[in-house]
Amino acid sequence: MESQVIPPDSKSLLLRGVTSRRTIKDKATQIGVSIGGTMVFVALLLIFFYLLYVIKPVFDSATLTPANTIAELSDKGVSLMVGSDEQNEVVYRVTQTGEVQFYNAASGKQVLDFKPKLPAGVQVVSSSRSMPDQQMFALGLSNGEALLLSIKFGVSYPNNVRTIAPEVSYPAGETPLLVSESGEPIEHISFAYNPSKISILFQNADKQFVLKRFEGEENMITEEVEWVAEESKLEDTPRHISKALITPYQRQLMLMSDDKVFVYDIRYMDETSLFQVINLERANTHVTDIQLLSGASSIMVSYDSGEIEQYFQVASEKGRLYQLIRNFDNVPPVSSMATEFFRKSFVVGSPDGTLTLLYTTSHRELLSESFNIGKTQAMGFNPRSDGLVVETAGKLHLFKVNNPHPEVSWSALWEKVWYEGYPEPKFVWQSTSGSDDFEAKLSLMPLAFGTMKAAFYAMLFAVPLAIAGAIYTAYFMSGKVRSVVKPTIEIMEALPTVILGFLAGLWLAPLFEENLPGIVILLILLPTSVLASAFGWSKLPRNWKNRLPETYQELMLIPVICFVGWFSFAISPSIEIAFFGGDMRSYITNDLGIPFDQRNAMVVGIAMGFAVIPTIFSIAEDAIFSVPRHLSNGSLALGATQWQTLTRVVLLTASPGIFSAVMMGLGRAVGETMIVLMATGNTAIMDWSVFEGMRTLAANIAVEMPESAIGSSHYRVLFLAAFVLFVFTFFFNTIAEVVRQRLRDKYSSL
Amino acid sequence: MGKWFKSGSPWIWMTGGAVSLSLIAVLGLLLLIAWRGLSFFWVGDVYQWELKDQHGKTSTLIGEIYDREDVPTERLESAGHKFKVHPGETVTRYLIKTGNRERVSLDFRWVLETDIVSRSTPKDIVVLERTKNGNFYGFPVAVVEDGKEIKNGDLRAKLDQLIERAVELSDEAHSLQKGEIGRINYDLETLRLKSRKYELEGKLTDAKKQEIADSREKLNLKYQELEKTFFKLRTKAGRDAVLVRDMTGEVLRLPMNTILDATYVNDMGFFAKLGHWFVGVGKFISSDPREANTEGGVFPAIFGTVFMVLLMAVIVTPFGVIAAIYLHEYAKKGPITRMIRIAVINLAGVPSIVYGVFGLGFFVYMVGGSIDQLFYPEALPSPTFGSPGVIWSALTLAILTLPVVIVSTEEGLSRIPSSVRQGSLALGATKAETLWRIVIPMASPAIMTGLILAVARAAGEVAPLMLVGVVKLAPTLPIDMNFPFVHLERKFMHLGFHIYDVGFQSPNVEAARPLVYATSFLLVSVIVALNLTAISVRNHLREKYRSLEH
Repeated sequence: MESQVIPPDSKSLLLRGVTSRRTIKDKATQIGVSIGGTMVFVALLLIFFYLLYVIKPVFDSATLTPANTIAELSDKGVSLMVGSDEQNEVVYRVTQTGEVQFYNAASGKQVLDFKPKLPAGVQVVSSSRSMPDQQMFALGLSNGEALLLSIKFGVSYPNNVRTIAPEVSYPAGETPLLVSESGEPIEHISFAYNPSKISILFQNADKQFVLKRFEGEENMITEEVEWVAEESKLEDTPRHISKALITPYQRQLMLMSDDKVFVYDIRYMDETSLFQVINLERANTHVTDIQLLSGASSIMVSYDSGEIEQYFQVASEKGRLYQLIRNFDNVPPVSSMATEFFRKSFVVGSPDGTLTLLYTTSHRELLSESFNIGKTQAMGFNPRSDGLVVETAGKLHLFKVNNPHPEVSWSALWEKVWYEGYPEPKFVWQSTSGSDDFEAKLSLMPLAFGTMKAAFYAMLFAVPLAIAGAIYTAYFMSGKVRSVVKPTIEIMEALPTVILGFLAGLWLAPLFEENLPGIVILLILLPTSVLASAFGWSKLPRNWKNRLPETYQELMLIPVICFVGWFSFAISPSIEIAFFGGDMRSYITNDLGIPFDQRNAMVVGIAMGFAVIPTIFSIAEDAIFSVPRHLSNGSLALGATQWQTLTRVVLLTASPGIFSAVMMGLGRAVGETMIVLMATGNTAIMDWSVFEGMRTLAANIAVEMPESAIGSSHYRVLFLAAFVLFVFTFFFNTIAEVVRQRLRDKYSSL
Repeated sequence: MGKWFKSGSPWIWMTGGAVSLSLIAVLGLLLLIAWRGLSFFWVGDVYQWELKDQHGKTSTLIGEIYDREDVPTERLESAGHKFKVHPGETVTRYLIKTGNRERVSLDFRWVLETDIVSRSTPKDIVVLERTKNGNFYGFPVAVVEDGKEIKNGDLRAKLDQLIERAVELSDEAHSLQKGEIGRINYDLETLRLKSRKYELEGKLTDAKKQEIADSREKLNLKYQELEKTFFKLRTKAGRDAVLVRDMTGEVLRLPMNTILDATYVNDMGFFAKLGHWFVGVGKFISSDPREANTEGGVFPAIFGTVFMVLLMAVIVTPFGVIAAIYLHEYAKKGPITRMIRIAVINLAGVPSIVYGVFGLGFFVYMVGGSIDQLFYPEALPSPTFGSPGVIWSALTLAILTLPVVIVSTEEGLSRIPSSVRQGSLALGATKAETLWRIVIPMASPAIMTGLILAVARAAGEVAPLMLVGVVKLAPTLPIDMNFPFVHLERKFMHLGFHIYDVGFQSPNVEAARPLVYATSFLLVSVIVALNLTAISVRNHLREKYRSLEH
């Protein structure tokens, strides 16, 4: 009451102040709320774009950046090998006579000039190099001896500055190995080395190829390795060869002659034999080079027309023979080729200075770029594959390579790929292995297949039950019972899936395995018993029926079903004894020849079906229940039976809603993680069998994500898997939502 | 019959059958979990069996019946088992938990009924709950108190008394280790980081070096002192022992500090067992796990779950409510609003593992990594916030549960009759005032409902947490007595992950299974209770506004 006595002028002042403050508050609230609301939308976009942001580098091309050129080479001849250290600080080149020149990559100054120690009066007559990862070479000498050398980089940190000290060592000792006892010059040397075994191939004075093998034995007292030699003359060799390769494990020898490759089995010295001749002859073109890919399983063949072919051994009826696997066309004519240390990438250089980076497994051309450097003579990667040294006449060029994800491509992810050692192209997911030169198998197909399989069996179980249940609950059930039944089923949606998964894996799976016949009987008996009790009910005298309350008619089936369930499991052992020799599981595996996993698609189907039933039930029930009553009343008034009204009027009207329910359920089944993780064996197989497991996209992410290195191809492919799931569920949910909104509009017009 | 079919009545019954089946499945599942989970704490009788196997070898077996099943005789025979007398179509076999894990290769054993000669329940069998190697079943022979063997007198009372003493001393040692020794370790680490920080900033003067070295010295001295006390307590706790005879007849000496409890199961009446049951439940909820989580309680998991969920609720509520208010009160009906609505529905449908992947990449590596670079450079390369932790889990689940809160709040807002709003506006209130004074208070039960549902959902979600912060065994809780008391960057334990881990990754799945059921029951009851609360709040709300509309 006192407020009314405020003088007029002060009141207006107050009002003005309050009003402006109130307006500001009102505006601020409006802006704040609007920003907050839009944040939700931003969150969704953020998820979408963040996933894309992580995935994108996988599909980016590689880049080559010229870093430096060293132009003061002593000669213009073709080097035996070139390369650099891990940090790209020191570049080296090995000449055909075994001299090694090291240059500082930044200044271009020579830091070390190494000349091999040779016996007096002896010359180098031939040389050859190892696979890139060994960084070794061998020299054939004029006195019948051979020398093995290896390039090493020592790293030290004096005064906290990284210093790289290049050196050349003699892995088999400084004294040359006596290869030819008669002292003939070692022509056309090629070799393979490991600490206990050396194989050296050379051409003797009679133009015959001789394979010499040294087995190292450590002397127990002096701890020195003594080499014991064996010799074998190869039969049926071509006279002129352009290249010879020995695999690092010294099992195979390849000789190239006139566009043919002769492959010898050299595992045992006393039975060396020619086992395959690969014909590489093509019209109008010739082979320029052959090289072994890292891991030494594949031979890469380059042609001067600009074609590259990959060969590896495939098991066939005639044994494991080399076979053309894939080829790369449209590459510029090839003058030199180099493979990476550990991955399946390789680079080819052309006479006009074009460099092309390729990867075999993903069948991907990562980069093809022309540089003004002239004809490439020799090339070599550094151990980390982030540097490439290219030799042109009299010059060394160092390139920085950025090629982090060569193994991923559309075809590697979604198409059949012929992996090394596999008999045919296949979909395989195998992301990691113990070895360095492992060929990553990143096909998402088995995972997508597993996802679909799990979802399919889950829907097979859930859709009929949920929709039939929704129909009964919405249309036939009395309101009182419905108000109890609906929340009860809906509460299942809140049940943590980890519990469903745990029960499925540790309770349901063994239970099913023990009672397989019982499950089959249950499947048959359940519908029949329901029908039988329905028939019995219809034949029951009317005054009996009246005694039971009509409201609970539907619940009378519960004891029947319980009894049938118990009965099926109770007679299961007897059936098993009578028909399956006491063990149905071994009957399925042994007599029918069907593989059987304890944690199989059936268990997953039921457990996951259980998880999606409430979703489908709830939405479908809402759709059926909200069909306007006057529609069904009209139909009934025109003489249709309850069932006719239901199928022809109610369900038809509610069908979009039911469809939307199924879509929602499918979305949930596709993305479900814990149930699949716990109730399957998580093996990435592609088989529809109900008795076998699967590995789904979601479970795969859960298993492998914590172990993958940040930023690796594996990490990004897992993000891609998540993105696929995201897009997939987004698609189905949007369809479901749009359909549902249309339905809502339709109902409101009715 | 044909007419009956034509009437459609059998199909109606079939749909009725589907409902019944779903109901049976739901209730059956809940009952199964409840039964298995609760019976875990009930002590069953411990039997002594005299066995005689197919080769005529006799042996004694002491243990609890864990499971039983009927196996077709044929299957056993094909597996190479020979019966002297044909036992009929099936043979019952029992899975027996024999305990004494360090004595036998397998502490669970299948025994065929045909091999059993006799079965008895000796009253003086003792079940010793131990810190290692699971339960021990046997007959007490004597107790050793301070080197003296006591065989006569009230052995049970003496044993109980000595166990109590040992447990008390062990607890004291444990709390010393966790508390004061833990704090010294924490302080030492803080000192190391401090010195590293000075070094990075170039401020590490000799004076500061000296200061840090001094405090380190002080802490080390204190540490040595405490360590002495700790070892003294440990030795004191290990003073006594008990001699027990196991099923092979051998007498073993068990140090008292490895024993937690002794029960004479066969000598207990119903009420004694009931009392023991409650004690068991209490211990399960309040104690730490032992033996790679397969024994003991789940307290850290409960704590971790509750803490993470509360943190999530604090984050999700404002955002969810504001978004709902925007959608319902402020946004104009148009394509953008529709898109936001579809976005919300879609967020609800995106698989939870995708949120996990997003959380790991965005929150942990990107945001967390940047925080480390900016604020914790002294700890690098070991990450502080740049590795999975409770804050990132809470944030990830907050995005996951955002749609739940939005949808529920919006429903509540739409139930408020527009006449109420119009009344407020007509009386001169601004829109913001109407919102604060009228709309939000009226919608608060709906917001509550949404929050409860969100919490229920978050408590049960495991898949994303596996990527962003859950571990099988966290050494420390996210809250402790060390400054700053709340450690949001720490990893935590979670009930749902506990179920997965113990059920599937533990070395002795059979032994751990009852514990998993108990954990499951705990989780299910919490979640079902939360959901029922939400449903009842919602129903109450509906009733309230129904009366307002008229």
